[in-house]
Amino acid sequence: MSDIWTALLGLGDKLAAHVLLSAAAIMLGIAVALPMAIWASRSPPIARITLGFASLVQTIPALALLALFFPILLNLRAIFGEGLPTLGFLPAFLALSLYALLPILRNAVTAQTNLDPGVIEAADGVGMTFWQRLRLVEAPLSSPYIMAGIRTAAVWTIGAATLSTTIGQPSLGDPIFAGLQTQNWVLVLAGCIASAGLAIVADALLGTIEKGLRTRRRVLSLGGLAAVLLGILAALFVSFGNSDDDRIVIGAKSFSEQYVLARLIGQRLEASGYTVAYRDGLGSAVAHRAVSTGAIDIMVDYTGTIWANEMQRSDNPDRDAMLTEIVDWEQRTSGTNVVGRLGFENAYGLAMPRAKAAQGGVRSIGDLAVRAQSLTIGGDPEFFERPEWVSVRNAYGLRFADQRTFSPTFMYNALRSGEADVIGAYTSDGRIAADDLVILDDPEGALPNYDAILLVSPQASRDARLLEVLRPLVGAIDVEAMRAANLSVDREDDKLSFGEAATRLAQRVGLGGS
Amino acid sequence: MNQQTQPLLEFRDVCKSYDRTQAVESISTAVARREFVALVGASGSGKSTLLKTVNRLVDPSSGAVLIDGDPVESLPLAALRRRIGYVFQSVGLFPHMSVGENIAIGPRISGQKLTRERIAELLDLVDLERSMATRMPNELSGGQRQRVGVARALANEPQLLLMDEPFGALDPVTRDALGERVRSLHRELNLTTVMVTHDMAEALLLADRVLVMEAGTIVADETPQSLLHGGGGEIAQSLVAVPRTQADRLAELTR
Repeated sequence: MSDIWTALLGLGDKLAAHVLLSAAAIMLGIAVALPMAIWASRSPPIARITLGFASLVQTIPALALLALFFPILLNLRAIFGEGLPTLGFLPAFLALSLYALLPILRNAVTAQTNLDPGVIEAADGVGMTFWQRLRLVEAPLSSPYIMAGIRTAAVWTIGAATLSTTIGQPSLGDPIFAGLQTQNWVLVLAGCIASAGLAIVADALLGTIEKGLRTRRRVLSLGGLAAVLLGILAALFVSFGNSDDDRIVIGAKSFSEQYVLARLIGQRLEASGYTVAYRDGLGSAVAHRAVSTGAIDIMVDYTGTIWANEMQRSDNPDRDAMLTEIVDWEQRTSGTNVVGRLGFENAYGLAMPRAKAAQGGVRSIGDLAVRAQSLTIGGDPEFFERPEWVSVRNAYGLRFADQRTFSPTFMYNALRSGEADVIGAYTSDGRIAADDLVILDDPEGALPNYDAILLVSPQASRDARLLEVLRPLVGAIDVEAMRAANLSVDREDDKLSFGEAATRLAQRVGLGGS
Repeated sequence: MNQQTQPLLEFRDVCKSYDRTQAVESISTAVARREFVALVGASGSGKSTLLKTVNRLVDPSSGAVLIDGDPVESLPLAALRRRIGYVFQSVGLFPHMSVGENIAIGPRISGQKLTRERIAELLDLVDLERSMATRMPNELSGGQRQRVGVARALANEPQLLLMDEPFGALDPVTRDALGERVRSLHRELNLTTVMVTHDMAEALLLADRVLVMEAGTIVADETPQSLLHGGGGEIAQSLVAVPRTQADRLAELTR
């Protein structure tokens, strides 16, 4: 239990960010929904169109809606200029506002259409203008129903906001995603408790306002409103009150190694007097975009990933040639600084249990291709979409009996339980040694090189001292050390926190004292 | 025409059609100052539609409605309605406002604040306790609510009072008392009143003049006396026959 308390107490920043994001989204939702509702109440076709649109938005999964705003904002840069953020707060804010629209709009329209026609006739009969009727009669009579819609919207939005972690916006989703990655259920639970608790509190406060409006008790509605505003103010204070703009933001994609390396870099910077913030759980493309636009300052990426996904290359040169081209390409396209290789590789490889491979006489991917038709392959959600998979599949003519998708953590469990025979694995994963797996040889050289490299955003690259602090990391981390660190956070018992694993890794590779 | 002989309200060839049905068919008539006119007819005869062309809750398809010689469209809609008192069957008290606030709404939306004294006077006019001002509409009986409705209609001191089935939802005793009250207010305040009703007895007892409507046209335009003496034609007489027969039966019972 005390673990959960510790985890919860560490969530202050995330909670504040979550509150601000949700509140902003709900306010925009209200600002858009109410005029639409007024318009819709005067015109049945408009009512059908607006409600239809809002319902359609609701059918899009929240995660997809959040993801869709990245390309949308990218295209809008043509209009608003390169300064338009494509990640973080803005896309999360816009997507969640759309999500908040439906319940508010629906309740407002329903409230308007259900108003007593006698009361409306009286309002017209005594000579009210459009605005007087709206302000003096329709708004006060509809307000409890509209407030009920806002309540629903608040609960939905607070829940869906946890997903904004994936597009680089800090939220209570951070501990959930981080915990899910490493089977750290304490973190997952802490994130869930915090976001559910927030939803319950928001619902209760908005419910008080609603009750005040319904029973015409000013004290209740004003009290509820004051409490809500106080909460938002507190969140504003936490988020901006003690922030300084020269914080260094370190990004991490959503797997253990990235979390650990981010902490390793962060601890090093803090030791040199920098203030550090982490932006965890980013999608692969999102993370690269974030560092090249300065939304984050530092991240660890992999040569093969940039080569295939960002540069859209399908050839496979040797590792030095590839790195040279990447350094040049990053510098040319965005000014992102490649500080250097960290020293280990985290390639995609096909992994099998050692016993099963020996039994079948499988040593290389070529051997596997012969037996593939009776085997099941497992991969993480990205794996089967990646060009590397397509290239290895085509190079060896791989045809499996079945193809299954797992989250990275569950993938290893699947291999152990026999639900998958072979998996798309990461070569620096600690579980390869721990689970006694073999990485199959790639004689055709179909899988590119995945040296871990340190990227610094164009803006942060101007800080020469920062680059000096980072420089010793180059070439410092060997694959054995990385595997051990990864295992220490991934294993089921005696897990280390990311920070602890980072400290031990630094000590092991001789970076600790600096 | 001078102020005295010009009618307060005049309909000129007023027509109103909805989709395929003709609700009002070319009606021309005038209402003199201080006259109490009842519009009587079965439901669907067009009497309510005709009444609503005056405060433009309904706009005629063709023809004109004039108040003091000016077409009703010549005034801004809100201004027109603020100078006409309007009472209707469903009352339409604002449920979120107290009785006092309901009565004061007309002056309030034209930028005046009604004094507590004036609200009390208006409550006196409709025979309600002055303490009622702070009550909410849902605490009142149906008859009390319609009294508040009448007080609200009179708050702007209109010259013209329109009533659309004002007593239709009330019990007979309340109905009778409120009818009498309206009749005397009509006299005391020098009002010109047009009342729509389907009840011929009510029209005969309250109005100076009864217009009988049938299928969108006026089929009789008589004083109550003349109607009771057989005037106005067949349709009017069939309506008059109902209360007369009732009265005769009651008279027989007392014998």
